[in-house]
Amino acid sequence: MSGGPTLETLVDQQISVITNDGRNIVGILKGFDQATNIILDESHERVFSTKEGVQQLVLGLYIIRGDNISIVGEVDEDLDTSLDWSNLRAHPLKPVIH
Amino acid sequence: MLFFSYFKELVGREVTVELKNDLAIRGTLHSVDQYLNIKLENTRVVDQEKYPHMMSVRNCFIRGSVVRYVQLPPEGVDVELLHDATRREARGG
Repeated sequence: MSGGPTLETLVDQQISVITNDGRNIVGILKGFDQATNIILDESHERVFSTKEGVQQLVLGLYIIRGDNISIVGEVDEDLDTSLDWSNLRAHPLKPVIH
Repeated sequence: MLFFSYFKELVGREVTVELKNDLAIRGTLHSVDQYLNIKLENTRVVDQEKYPHMMSVRNCFIRGSVVRYVQLPPEGVDVELLHDATRREARGG
């Protein structure tokens, strides 16, 4: 029987975070705590729009408060680099409504 | 505690988690904790056309606070057992 879900296995890996306000931030997980507060290094935001392809905004070192996190996804880096994000159009994600 | 124990029984099964931002993710339940945070493996977004945001994600951690529904496999649900357990819980143990 494995333990509960933890972010331990994702440390030093590239992760994709979806925040409650619908933003998508990609970076390297450096740390986390019980409340899912996380530290991201070399992070950038992927801005989705229907008018143009995905824009990448460089953010650098970021701390995201756990309250504001919806999903932490493990990025498959080979798959990620093979995708043509700059030509991908989509609506931004909706914010979380509690 | 009841639903925590309940979800632990479902580990290894295929579930669909719908979030409060309308995103629905299907995957194999890997683990769950006291906050009902959920880890899914081999994930795919249900409407990939509309939500390509997680295309390169195969495993993910979902914060319990943003979960709206968890769709369970029918064969994983013993309704009678759940009825009894919820009644017992409501009576205070």
